[in-house]
Formats: sequence, structure tokens, C-alpha cells
Amino acid sequence: MQHILNWIGMHQEMIYIVILMIFLGIEVIGRVPAVLHTPLMSGANAIHGVVIIGAIIVMGKADPHNYVALGLGFLAVVLGTLNVVGGFVVTDRMLEMFKKRR
Amino acid sequence: MGSVLTVCYLIASVTFILGLKMLSDPATARRGNLIAAGGMTLAIIGTIFLYEDGGERLHNYGWIFTGIVIGGIGGTFAARKVQMTAMPELVSLFNGMGGACAALISIVEFGRLRQGPFLRGGWTGYPPLSGPGDTVQKLHLQIGVPVGELLIILLGVIIGSVSFAGSVVAWGKLNGRIKDITFKGQHIINLGLFVVILALAGYVLAVANRGPEVDTEHVWTSLLEAVNAPLPAIVRVLFYVVFVLSVVYGVFFVLPIGGADMPVVISLLNSFTGVAAACGGFLYDNKAMLTGGILVGAAGTLLTILMCRAMNRSLLNVLIGSFGGTTGGAAGGAGAAGAGKEQGSYKEISISDAAMVMSYAHKVMIVPGYGLAVAQAQHACHELEKLLTEKGVEVKYAIHPVAGRMPGHMNVLLAEADVSYDNLLEMEQANEQFPSTDVVVVLGANDVVNPAAKTDPSSPIYGMPILDVEAAKTCIVNKRSMKPGYAGIENELFFRPRTSMLFGDAKKVLQDLISEIKNI
Repeated sequence: MQHILNWIGMHQEMIYIVILMIFLGIEVIGRVPAVLHTPLMSGANAIHGVVIIGAIIVMGKADPHNYVALGLGFLAVVLGTLNVVGGFVVTDRMLEMFKKRR
Repeated sequence: MGSVLTVCYLIASVTFILGLKMLSDPATARRGNLIAAGGMTLAIIGTIFLYEDGGERLHNYGWIFTGIVIGGIGGTFAARKVQMTAMPELVSLFNGMGGACAALISIVEFGRLRQGPFLRGGWTGYPPLSGPGDTVQKLHLQIGVPVGELLIILLGVIIGSVSFAGSVVAWGKLNGRIKDITFKGQHIINLGLFVVILALAGYVLAVANRGPEVDTEHVWTSLLEAVNAPLPAIVRVLFYVVFVLSVVYGVFFVLPIGGADMPVVISLLNSFTGVAAACGGFLYDNKAMLTGGILVGAAGTLLTILMCRAMNRSLLNVLIGSFGGTTGGAAGGAGAAGAGKEQGSYKEISISDAAMVMSYAHKVMIVPGYGLAVAQAQHACHELEKLLTEKGVEVKYAIHPVAGRMPGHMNVLLAEADVSYDNLLEMEQANEQFPSTDVVVVLGANDVVNPAAKTDPSSPIYGMPILDVEAAKTCIVNKRSMKPGYAGIENELFFRPRTSMLFGDAKKVLQDLISEIKNI
């Protein structure tokens, strides 16, 4: 229990961010018209691709002789990049169709 | 250098928030997406070149760049080439990759964690090291496994794996590679699996939390031993068991869910991956990952809840996958009841009669569904609309919120064919206008117009708001055959006296209708 409390104490800034972001996320999405649900979901999908940063850090910290860590890290970088790049491009394609009509 | 990176992350976080906000308005959506993409690029480049941990830069650049190039080319290629109809499954697949990425990060971090040494320190009180007498500062030295970190790693691996496995199954189901599989007691097994995963994770944490055993006679030696001792074997084994079980749970979680629930599942898994990414933010004390992840987690959850509400289903119900289970049972029951109830016969209408009815109507309402997307008939549909409008017929589209395989699927599909926003009616508006509508044309939609949702309490979709097409004077339903829809539920609408059936592939039927109307 003490460990957990210490951990909360050390990460209080992060915990505040989490709480604020939860409210912000809900507020921002709250006014979305149904027409934009699919592009929005796709855009959100691309944004959580920010996990790629973690993959880069894992990869960059890996011991060059630890092939398991290198392999897994490499896979993580590839998958994360697919998520980010694919996500943004597919969202752009969807939105392009919306724009064409105007 | 570190503070430059902090600024990069700050900018990235702001672009994510701004991007999401702009994505929620049609006029700014595309710019919003580009802004978020720009912020992401900044964060990635910043991480590669500026990240430092304890004064040490990242290495293995060759691996990093190769990975990014492969992923970047693959992602661009897949996203550019994909058919409009296949977009939902592609989004699901990308989501799964994000989940897998989060799970892999946790696995590698666990590998690092288990090697020790287990001595961590940190300051509590804020701001840290701001000067003597400023704030109460406490230095904590912790010997033993850092439990907070282990908790985050466990969360990351569980959520990431569930999201990965679930998304891949959702992808397979959407493109027809994986069939709905239901068996008795499935939701109990799912729930059991979920509880087992949580219990094992809790046990791992409890073991790790026990801390070092200190021998009072040799305090320093025993502390030193605790610092260098490897992680208990049981913790190591159970961690990988939790990982495997999470993947299995992800598969079982999505397998039984069919039809109408699919958009909800994708949306939910999307928010899962967001939370998994946020776990990475905690692990690396990285605010950009935290902001992006939690933002998507919260927004995705809200979107999921909105969709559940539209289908009159509770989130818990979807979570334990019991909808599919009850669908199997209830569909059988409904089938049996239907057989006993004598549904009567349906009537067919010919292309030329349908063309006649439509071109002499005052107001036609088109109800698109997944069948329209499968047949790639959106352009033909728009052409029919233009032709009828030229003839002085008022044509509108009635869009059910969960029609198709994703929220807003029909909107994107029709936008591709240049259909004007103003002609798209949301469910409430459409239901107001049905009584004054002469002809309703149902194109490949089924469950969203099934009156059983209002009349039959035993139906699995009972309570879901539907498009009230029966209120219109006539209703023409285009389907490929009389087979029940994706959710496997009989539709009484087809047997109603005002309904006539027009069988065939949506695109072919629409093209025939267009040439027939031109001849009138």
C-alpha cells in the first residue's frame, strides 16, 4: 500500500493530466455530428498511434546484443508507424471525399 | 536539449487536442487531421534526436529508421489502396497494430525490469529540488520491485493484447474471413477469463509488493542481496501467462459479437488502445503519450457509450460478449416463434413497376445499409437521386446511426459519391418525415428497419430505435435474397402489406432502375 501511495505521490502531475484529459476528451467529442463519426474514430485511432514514441524509446535503449529486445522493439516500431501513418492517411482520404462536394 | 524535447511534446499535445476538436466540425475536419499529424511528426522526430535518459542518448538508429520506413510505406500504401467499403476493417487493423505496439513495449520493459537491480529513488513534494526550505522534500529509496511500474506494465500488456487480438478478429469478421462463433455459456467463460486475468495480475503485484526480507543481524548484506536478487520466478512466469490469456480473451471477446454490435466493438477497442498508449506515457513519464492516449481513451469511450445508447444496449452487456450469445439463442427462438406465427408471404415488385412508382412520387426516402456498401452502389444511388430530382421528386436519405459497419459509415460512403449533406437526414428527422413520404427505398439495410425492435420483446434488438419506414405509403426493399441480415434476425417488415421486395445486387438493381426511369 505504501508503495502505491509513494508512486501516486511521485506521479501526481501525471494523474492530474489524466483526470483533466478525460474531461477534455469527453467535451471535445460531445459536439460531433453523426456525419463525422467515422472520420473522427479514424482520426482518434491515428492519435493513439503516439504509442510509437514508446516504441522508439524501447528500441533506442535496447542493448545491441539483446536480440530479443531488439526484435520485439523493431516489431513495435513497425506496427506503431503503421498505426500512425496509415491512420492519418486513411482519415485524410475519408475527409477528402467530404470536401470534394463543397 | 531535454527542454526542447519538452516543448516538442507540449506542441504535440496541443495539436492532438486541437486536431480532435477540429475533426468534430465538417468545415475544419481535414485541417484538424493534418495538424494532429504535424504534431505527431514533431513528437516522433524530437524523440529520435533529442531523447535522453540519464544523460544517455538513444542508439540503434539503423533499426529505428528501418522500422519507420517499413511501417510508413506499408501504412501509406494500405491506406491509399483500400476500397471505400474496406475502410472500417482497415481502421480496425491499424488499431490492432497500435495495441500490439503497446503490448510489445510492456513486454520489453518487463524484460528490463526483471533484471534489476531493484533500487529506485525519487523525491516527493513539488517542485522537486526547488531549494532548501521551499517545500518539504522527501527522498524515497525503494528496495525491491517497483510495484507502480509493474502495475503499469501489466496494464499495458493486458489492454494492448486484448485490443490487438480483438481488432484482428474484428478485421477478420468484417471482411468475412472469420464467422460468428457462439456456444453455450460463452459469456460465462469470457467473464471467467477476465476475472482470472485480473486475479493473476493482482497476485503478481502482491508477490512483488512483499518487499525484501531483511535479516536483522546482517542488514546491509541482506539489503544488497535484495537489490540484486532476480524477480521471483513465479512473477516472471505469471507475467507471460497473463499476456497469453489476454490475447485469448481478446479473441473470445469479439468472436461471438455480430452484426449490429460491430461498430461499438471497434470504437471500444479504439479507446482501449488509447489507454494502453497512456500506460506507456506513465512508464516513460512522457506527457505527449499520456495526453494523446487518455484523450482518445476518453473520447472513444464516449463514442462507444453514445452508440450503445443508440442501440439500447448497456456497455457491460457488450463487454462480456453476451449479445452474441443471446443472439444465437434468441434468433433460434425467434425463428421458431416465427414459424409458429405464420409470417405470411412477401410480394415482389418488378424493376419497371418500381421505376414507375418512384418517378410519380412526390417524396422518396432512401434508406442505405451495408448492402449498399458491399455492392459499391453509392454512385449509382446518387445518380438515381439526381435523376429523380430532375423529374421533380424530392429525394432524401435516412441515415440510421448504426447502419453499416462503423458509426457514420453511410455518411462517408455517400459523401464519396458527392451526395449533398443537406439531403442526409438523421434518424429523428427522418422518422418525422416518413408519414409524408410516398416511397421508401431500403437499399441493403435490414436490422435498422426491423419492426421487431419495437414490437417483439423476445427479439435481441428489442428496444433499439429504428427507422420507422412503415409509416410511409409504400416501401420497396432491395435485398439479394430473403436470408436474414447480418445479426441473423428475421424481419417482419418484408411481410407487411405495404412492403414489396426487389431482389438483386444493389448496384445492378439501381442501374436498371435508372435506365427504366429514363425511358418513362
